[in-house]
Amino acid sequence: MATKPRDDTDMIAGLLLMAAAAFFGWQTTGLEVGTSLRMGPGYFPMLLSGLLFLLGVWVFLKSFGREGEPTGPIAWRGILFILPAPVFFGLTVRGLGFVPALFLTSLIASQASVKMRPLPALVLAVLVTIISTLIFSYGLGLPFRRFGPWLDF
Amino acid sequence: MDLLSNLGMGFSVASSFANLGFCLIGVLLGTLIGVLPGIGATATIAMLLPITFQLEPVSSLIMLAGIYYGAQYGGSTTAILINMPGESSSAVTAIDGYQMARKGRAGTALATAALGSFFAGSVATFLVAIFAPPLTAIALEFGAAEYFSLMVLGLVMSVALAHGTVPKALAMVVLGLLLGIVGTDVYTGTPRFTLGITQFSDGLNFVALAVGVFGIAEILRNLEDEHERQVMTRNINSLFPNRDELRQIIGPVLRGTGVGSILGILPGGGAILASFASYTIEKKLSKHPEEFGHGAIAGVAGPESANNAGAQTSFIPLLTLGIPANPVMALMIGAMIIQGIVPGPSVVTDQPELFWGIIASMWIGNLMLVVLNLPLIGLWVKLLTVPYFVLFPIIMAMCSIGVYSVNSNVYDLFAVAFFGLLGYVLSKLRFEPAPLLLGFVLGPLLEENLRRAMILSRGDPTTFVTRPISAGLLVLALAVLVLVFLPQIRRRREEVFTESEG
Repeated sequence: MATKPRDDTDMIAGLLLMAAAAFFGWQTTGLEVGTSLRMGPGYFPMLLSGLLFLLGVWVFLKSFGREGEPTGPIAWRGILFILPAPVFFGLTVRGLGFVPALFLTSLIASQASVKMRPLPALVLAVLVTIISTLIFSYGLGLPFRRFGPWLDF
Repeated sequence: MDLLSNLGMGFSVASSFANLGFCLIGVLLGTLIGVLPGIGATATIAMLLPITFQLEPVSSLIMLAGIYYGAQYGGSTTAILINMPGESSSAVTAIDGYQMARKGRAGTALATAALGSFFAGSVATFLVAIFAPPLTAIALEFGAAEYFSLMVLGLVMSVALAHGTVPKALAMVVLGLLLGIVGTDVYTGTPRFTLGITQFSDGLNFVALAVGVFGIAEILRNLEDEHERQVMTRNINSLFPNRDELRQIIGPVLRGTGVGSILGILPGGGAILASFASYTIEKKLSKHPEEFGHGAIAGVAGPESANNAGAQTSFIPLLTLGIPANPVMALMIGAMIIQGIVPGPSVVTDQPELFWGIIASMWIGNLMLVVLNLPLIGLWVKLLTVPYFVLFPIIMAMCSIGVYSVNSNVYDLFAVAFFGLLGYVLSKLRFEPAPLLLGFVLGPLLEENLRRAMILSRGDPTTFVTRPISAGLLVLALAVLVLVFLPQIRRRREEVFTESEG
């Protein structure tokens, strides 16, 4: 079956751009646009959202009629463990304190690789925590609580 | 003579014991992270940026400059040893450098890269010292309209030099501008695009964006395919080029320095263009063009010099106009703003010690690289054999601490995760992130100058074309856009970038 050639990557890219433009455009609706003499807070964003939408349409239309390259593998495991690491750190650094939060963050991040075994991961997380605490908390004197209120009994 | 006394002052600032120390740490850390495969100068600086915030402004910028040179050098090392350039500017080095390494001349290639870079860096530092002050005088004449037009030119140039198709690069600029608008409107105090989250009322954190889009997206890309790397470590020959090789590299180094110095000043990423241009020139001039691609020493010496010279002179638009020429300079601007310095022409007059201190530290940083890194090459090579799965948890921990330490704002850490994902998705869809970062940094400035210019001209948009400097800059920007869309040039441009990816 002969299908028309189409660059899927660019098609998705164009759609995403249009979606982003629509989102920003929707967000500007509440802002005052003003005149070109006294531009309101909405003037410039409105202009840009419109431009972004047009570019999205352009990229989308260009994707038809030519062959795209494959995108290659997607790092699902990486996404699953790398991205939550800073979020977890953010959620716990005040409550648990710097030391336990960092330890758990490194442990989570280390799981992103299939090659990481449990014991090396533990050793690595302990080392990272000790060294970072020495450098950032004691050395540079950053104002972090080393152990937070959640751990007070 | 003014220049000498100014340089003298710069050196006395830069060579204080503490600043030398920070420069050294910067160079070492920069090389350390830059040597990691696939991580280029931009990602390295984004990750290490937060470490410098606790320092005084001068020391912090000196350390950052050190990180920059270190990262670039580290990038060349990986390009030569494992054929994995971290950045497009060292992609050219990989072509012949890796071939030299395969023929057992890795040491010579590394030393050539270092020596060429050092020479080019020294010359270009002098050029910065000579040309920056008079340009500042011109820059002081700039009004809102000129600034607006100049930034438009910079953004257009960054589009022209980005990988991928032109509409996609343009879209990245616009998306960056929109992200830069997030926060409180300076004129009316209205919150924009904050989604009701008060923590974003000061705007999205620049460090979070840079670390996410460049650092974390890079890690995810490396995790896609965890295959073994082949490191050319078994036979690293003696480092120093012999007399015959030295004679061969003099010409390319000189020409590379010249090409790089001129192209580096161009806004939008001239250093990348410089290494390509130098490679092409050397290939044309060579008596043995067939050697290129099979380990020609001139193919390492020329581009590396051009690259470094360009990297150096790209400080000129930053220091005189406050306009970043490439993503790295955008990071520098971010760092300066966080330190409370407004980049632009007033820096020279208001803070001469900072200005000349940075210039002097450029040279010192380059010297340190040569002195330290040639003997330390063995160590960097060992580092290449450290498996990646040990490195990235460390990097993630450092990123988390670093981003949090900027403002102690938990939302910045959520932003890192978001921008990490965004950066990864964008790279999967073959968008280039560099124009996005430039747009993000320039967004607020661009809008402010546009609005100011319109108020000053009483709502007359012709102000941009009736003021001669502004008109000239816009014509230039238009010319670049037209050039990019001309069929022959477009084809040529795509060829160049495909070559670099190969």
